[in-house]
Amino acid sequence: MAFIQGLAVLLVFQLTGEMLTVLLVLPVPGPVLGMLLLTISLLLMRAIPKFIEQAGTGLLAHFSLLFVPAGVGLMVHFDRLGDEWLPIAVALVVSTLLSLIATAWLMQLLVRFTARNRKKQNNAHD
Amino acid sequence: MRMTENNLATLWVYLSTSPLLGLTVTLVSYCIAHAVYLRSGSHPLLNPVLVSVFIIICLLQISGTEYRVYFDGAQFVHFLLGPATVALAIPLVQQFDRIKALWMPIAVSLLFGVVFGSLSAVYISRLLGASLLTQLSLAPKSVTAPVAMGIAEEIGALPTLSAVLVVTTGILGAVLGTRLLTFFRIENDSVKGVAIGVTAHGIGTARAFQVSNEMGAFAGLAMALSTVLTAFLLPWILTALALI
Repeated sequence: MAFIQGLAVLLVFQLTGEMLTVLLVLPVPGPVLGMLLLTISLLLMRAIPKFIEQAGTGLLAHFSLLFVPAGVGLMVHFDRLGDEWLPIAVALVVSTLLSLIATAWLMQLLVRFTARNRKKQNNAHD
Repeated sequence: MRMTENNLATLWVYLSTSPLLGLTVTLVSYCIAHAVYLRSGSHPLLNPVLVSVFIIICLLQISGTEYRVYFDGAQFVHFLLGPATVALAIPLVQQFDRIKALWMPIAVSLLFGVVFGSLSAVYISRLLGASLLTQLSLAPKSVTAPVAMGIAEEIGALPTLSAVLVVTTGILGAVLGTRLLTFFRIENDSVKGVAIGVTAHGIGTARAFQVSNEMGAFAGLAMALSTVLTAFLLPWILTALALI
């Protein structure tokens, strides 16, 4: 029963998110807004109820599986990709790899920078 | 003999119109793909999404089944993406203290990742002679599929093409991401998570959860926030650059 209750809570938040995006004409998808709302609610509660945690981690344990049906949609576009496959493939691969590395490098740099600043501040306090 | 053939044909007609087949094929293929993945010692090229998509496309092509028919059954799995996205709040709350401590690096990296990820794809494809329609369809490649389709519509690109490019980007990020970042001396799971979430949205996040809960939480956060950022910023940036 706990799993059903947890799933029900997740669906209620998704539904709320979907309704808000439609009513307020937000460019954000309903589930993403639902996630932000659930985050705020859980932070306000200061604890994650067991049944929500159980249902949520159950779903997330198999998160990959949920993308398979959309991925199979590739077959519909075999023809469309025909002429321009080379620029598309190169752009996708190069851009994805560069974004991964550049974003990670930038963040690592900033993490070190803030850590050093914090240390300096702590030393100044001593 | 003829009788059996007829029976088989009738059986196939029945099965091919029932959603049971699409759903069963999805789950069985994923179980096989997952077993292969584990057996290979989690080899990144044998990513479970990639392998199961490959198996299913082969089966559908051989049996001459249309995607629409397959999706009638597979939609039950697809539907769970919604509640699963909401459930990303749980790891987020669990890791909240670490995220709060790193809010500045996260915010700056997200902004950079969103802009760089889109524009690099647009300009590389432009350089290689892709049509404007294709260039624009590449722009929202790093956000989750439903949002990318909405953005594509808004900027005058092809929504269905964007959706395919999104899934391909996600698989690329999931297949190459963690090893590539380790190779480039990125050690923190939090840093890897943010880079993967910004670049490879939900599929990358799914992969990040397989590595560690921390990497998954940061990827989930990055995915959610970069989705919001892209939806707001991309139309405006493309207009500013006179691409639309």
